[in-house]
Amino acid sequence: MNQQQKLHLYREMLKIRKFEEMVKDLFAKTEILGSVHLYIGEEAVAVGACAAIRPDDYLTSTHRGHGHVLAKGADAGRMFAELLGRETGYNKARGGSMHLAAPELGILGANGIVGGGLPLAVGAAMSAQKLKNGRVTLCFFGDGASNEGTFHEALNIAASYNLPVVFICENNLYAGGVKQHYDGVFRNKNMDYPRKVKFVAERAKAYDIPGITIDGNRVEDVIKTVGEAVERAREGKGATLIECLTYRWRTHFEVEPDTYRDPAEVEEWKKRCPIVLYGQQLIEEGVASRQQLDEIEQDVIREMDAALEFARNSPEPDVSTALADVFAE
Amino acid sequence: MSRKTMSAAIAMAQREEMLRDESVYIMGLDVGPYGGAFGCTRGLWQEFGRERVMDMPISEAGYVGAAVGSAMTNMRPIAELQFTDWITIASDMLVNQAANMRYTFGGSLSVPMVLRAPVGGYMAAASQHSHMFESWFSFIPGLKVVLPSNPADAKGLLKSAIRDNNPVLFFEHKMLYDIPGEVPDDPEFLVPLGKANVVREGSDVTIATYAYMVDMAKQAAEILEKDGIHAEIIDLRTIKPMDTDTVITSVKKTNRLCCLQETWLTCSVASQISAVVAEEALEYLDAPILRIGALDAPNPFSAKLERYILPSVERIVREIREMF
Repeated sequence: MNQQQKLHLYREMLKIRKFEEMVKDLFAKTEILGSVHLYIGEEAVAVGACAAIRPDDYLTSTHRGHGHVLAKGADAGRMFAELLGRETGYNKARGGSMHLAAPELGILGANGIVGGGLPLAVGAAMSAQKLKNGRVTLCFFGDGASNEGTFHEALNIAASYNLPVVFICENNLYAGGVKQHYDGVFRNKNMDYPRKVKFVAERAKAYDIPGITIDGNRVEDVIKTVGEAVERAREGKGATLIECLTYRWRTHFEVEPDTYRDPAEVEEWKKRCPIVLYGQQLIEEGVASRQQLDEIEQDVIREMDAALEFARNSPEPDVSTALADVFAE
Repeated sequence: MSRKTMSAAIAMAQREEMLRDESVYIMGLDVGPYGGAFGCTRGLWQEFGRERVMDMPISEAGYVGAAVGSAMTNMRPIAELQFTDWITIASDMLVNQAANMRYTFGGSLSVPMVLRAPVGGYMAAASQHSHMFESWFSFIPGLKVVLPSNPADAKGLLKSAIRDNNPVLFFEHKMLYDIPGEVPDDPEFLVPLGKANVVREGSDVTIATYAYMVDMAKQAAEILEKDGIHAEIIDLRTIKPMDTDTVITSVKKTNRLCCLQETWLTCSVASQISAVVAEEALEYLDAPILRIGALDAPNPFSAKLERYILPSVERIVREIREMF
């Protein structure tokens, strides 16, 4: 990767971070209604994975989808507009946070159903295989979804039919407020831990596809691993399961109280902030100076402020359109 | 015209649409060399190969969901379930995903897929291979629901369903699969979705029904005719969208309405028709609306008990006579 590409990754991660921090504040002020699930702390996964694909490739996302959608190239202004319930939003304010979609960018939707996107991703890969258009589908989901039947059904079908799909599990250790696997460090041993296997990627073995566990807070590791899987998929060699170990700094949803996590655990992961880690790496490699990184940050803040301004200046949908698009012509 | 069973007419419709449009393909259990549990894909795997007629694992959420995802990305899949009872396993993909998608995504994509599934009782198949769920799915904005009553309609409606740009649930009654009928050979023979069919004209009572019950209504009408009761039979053909205009026009003529369906009455197709007629044509009714359907129990295995639970010609005749 050259200097420009590396700085782009840094900038993309910062965009998600700033977007999400603004969403957090807007939600607290009730300028955004409903519910939001923030991606803060997991930025390296979306940015790394999306840097490894083509613009015409597909992705399916989750309830925690803002990062994926931004990283795939969506416009922050239209995203803010959707979250603020404006007609200029990607879904004309019919979807909101949990249903952000932009098919023209290959974004087949965030999804409010845990595990809901996995079979859809398999279907998109089936289309690509039949149409022979070389497109690959990235299927994002969490460690919680890996206990859903759809995870197992999707992996089995993708493996058996050799489909061009890359399953990307964002393992942030918790599903809702329940830690999924006992790590022997934090929390009590005498609790229920719903996953027996240590790593979600071990489950790939059951479907005879590669399963890889990586540090999801190292953006270049994500690009490299996802890039190899995408190449395999494009060459007709089938699906891969990649588990990215990461952490959500916020609770499952805003403004859920954090009663279930050890504060020391949260602090430990914050020290491993993917953006800080990458900034340090760029300085150490001589790719950028501290001042350059700060300039990028100021630039991103200006961009996000303008995006929010666009959304705030956009009209709400007219009720005369409330029944449009239930059915296609 | 050719004489064909309904399952052969369904295979014919799929074959014609696959020849017409390369984006149409079939996925399901036993749809390949086996030809479908009820013969609805017979010969298609041999003609089109496994890329277009795909045998699937017993994985209803997985492959129905894949059909949804494929329909979102420029294909027109047909997913076949072996029995409709198992649609519960796939229902998230239909109810929360396919149905909502176009609206929730602001009209930015469509989901042109068909889910085909055999429905219905009278086969001593007990409670997990006999039920009918058209009322559930008709409740959901964004889904279309179709139930043919004969081979020609099966061909024409299925072709319309495949060409439709929305998710369509196409429910085929198992008792009808082997009954032959005249089927148009024309590959452009289409029966539009949302248009009911007056299959028998009459002046005294309107029987609004669909699927296998159309046959029973016809038998009952012949018996009632001897009593001097002239029944008009409306085959709804499509439950969603429902052609209530045809029902209302008929009720305004006959002044009596019997809603006849095979399955349970609570919150059902019969409930819906009754409500619409009560709202729009109450003053035309000379008798309270009659609803005939299954008694409120799961389909029993015992053929004797099942015959008792489900509508019969005798029951239809008896209850309609009581309207006069």
